[in-house]
Amino acid sequence: MKRSFALGAIGALTLTACGGNGEEEADSIIVFAAASLNEVFEEIGELYTEETGAQVSFTFAGSSGLVEQLENGAPADVLATADETNMNNAVEGGLVAADPELFAENYLVIVTPAGNPADVASLEDLEDDAVETVICAVQVPCGAATQRISEAAGVAITPVSEETSVTDVLGRVRNGEADAGLVYATDALQGGDEVETVEIAGAEEDPNLYPIALLENADAPEAGQEFVDFVLTDELAQNILSEAGFTRPQG
Amino acid sequence: MNSATRRLTRPPTWILIPGLLGAAVVLLPVTGMMTRLNWAQLPELLTSASSLAALRLSLWTASAATVLCLILGVPLALMLAHARFRGLPVVRSLVLLPLVLPPVVGGLALLYTFGSQGMLSGALEFFGIRVAYTSLAVVLAMTFVSMPFLVISVETAVRGLDPEILEAATVDGATRTGILRYMVLPLITPGLVSGAVLAFARSLGEFGATLAFAGNQQGVTRTLPLEIYLQRETDPDAAVALSLLLIGVAIIVISAAYSRSSRPAER
Repeated sequence: MKRSFALGAIGALTLTACGGNGEEEADSIIVFAAASLNEVFEEIGELYTEETGAQVSFTFAGSSGLVEQLENGAPADVLATADETNMNNAVEGGLVAADPELFAENYLVIVTPAGNPADVASLEDLEDDAVETVICAVQVPCGAATQRISEAAGVAITPVSEETSVTDVLGRVRNGEADAGLVYATDALQGGDEVETVEIAGAEEDPNLYPIALLENADAPEAGQEFVDFVLTDELAQNILSEAGFTRPQG
Repeated sequence: MNSATRRLTRPPTWILIPGLLGAAVVLLPVTGMMTRLNWAQLPELLTSASSLAALRLSLWTASAATVLCLILGVPLALMLAHARFRGLPVVRSLVLLPLVLPPVVGGLALLYTFGSQGMLSGALEFFGIRVAYTSLAVVLAMTFVSMPFLVISVETAVRGLDPEILEAATVDGATRTGILRYMVLPLITPGLVSGAVLAFARSLGEFGATLAFAGNQQGVTRTLPLEIYLQRETDPDAAVALSLLLIGVAIIVISAAYSRSSRPAER
């Protein structure tokens, strides 16, 4: 009883607060975004709030987990995933209000420890057993991308370890336990001075795509669409993405 | 024990309630997992090449680690049981550290010691020994986390021995090695067996140290727990099936060992 009374009081307060804001429909949105977007979206969110005055709260998790939460009725205005597969699942589930649009790409690179001790210059060099290479297991998205790119290049990588996450691959290269590893360009940038990046020929033609879309059940569809447009077109937002290693979609 | 004293030493009836709840804490989640089991595909899931490779690797590395624990852990336990010096509690708690350490921390410690950039990398390279990304790394990780279980069991058993019997043997002219071989070891066999079983079971379940230190490659370093973790990404059915397999192996080993070692105690 006490609790419902308290909730009612809070509801009344919220109502008055909204009423006080006059004409504006809503001034806060909820964005569901892939875990790999955590840092860049926090920054973009701050910019967006400065520009429009609308507050953004984020939920970061694995893309498949986000879609599952939405399917179970989690409230959100915008969804940004780290691959098209999960966004397509959201579209098929009727969760998305407008066609998703691509706002960033990420592609695989080779990282080596600082100084490149095994002299890795190309994907072909990873066929050598003497080069201790670490990749993602094929069951996780970065491993699937690794398989696609090595098959396309006709290269049979002989890994010493297949990790369950891309951060584990980076970790092994970072502390010098592996001569080379395949990670995303954004991960390579996170490795800083401890790693060197070797570009893979043709990797940019098979990138990992990041789509964003307004959701069907958005409480604030206008502010939500504003955020989507902001990520897609704002020059500063795009700068934040490219500084983190993301590239602009070519399509 | 006769039936009269047995009745007197029996615990009060009310402990049944918390006791059964205690059993439920363990059994309920296992039952919950069983309900997710895909029985129709079970044989197929368990006999896939990757599952069999993981099972084979887990069994032989855990056995090797248990043997290593016995060879090194029994002398260590004897040392701890007989040592008399001021710093003994500190030494003991250091040796038992892996019991309380998160396995990932153990893995990092092993990495910075035996890894290719680790403290001993120069010496290992000199002798041509490669540890990282080999099954040897798995055995090392398992030995590291399992050793305390064996040491505790054996030390407790040794401390429980009647010193007068051992002294009598000395008076009769037995050598110290002779006493160890013909008296101490046979007398502590139950403790030795249960310690070895615990070490084997702990090795079988080892995950964190292996993941952080050894690597993750089918047939080489990807043990059953690592295979379960990987399968969970794409095929939860396979992960549940493999978990059941791991539980099955553990139950067989533990019950076989305890049914044998508990018999002499009941006499």
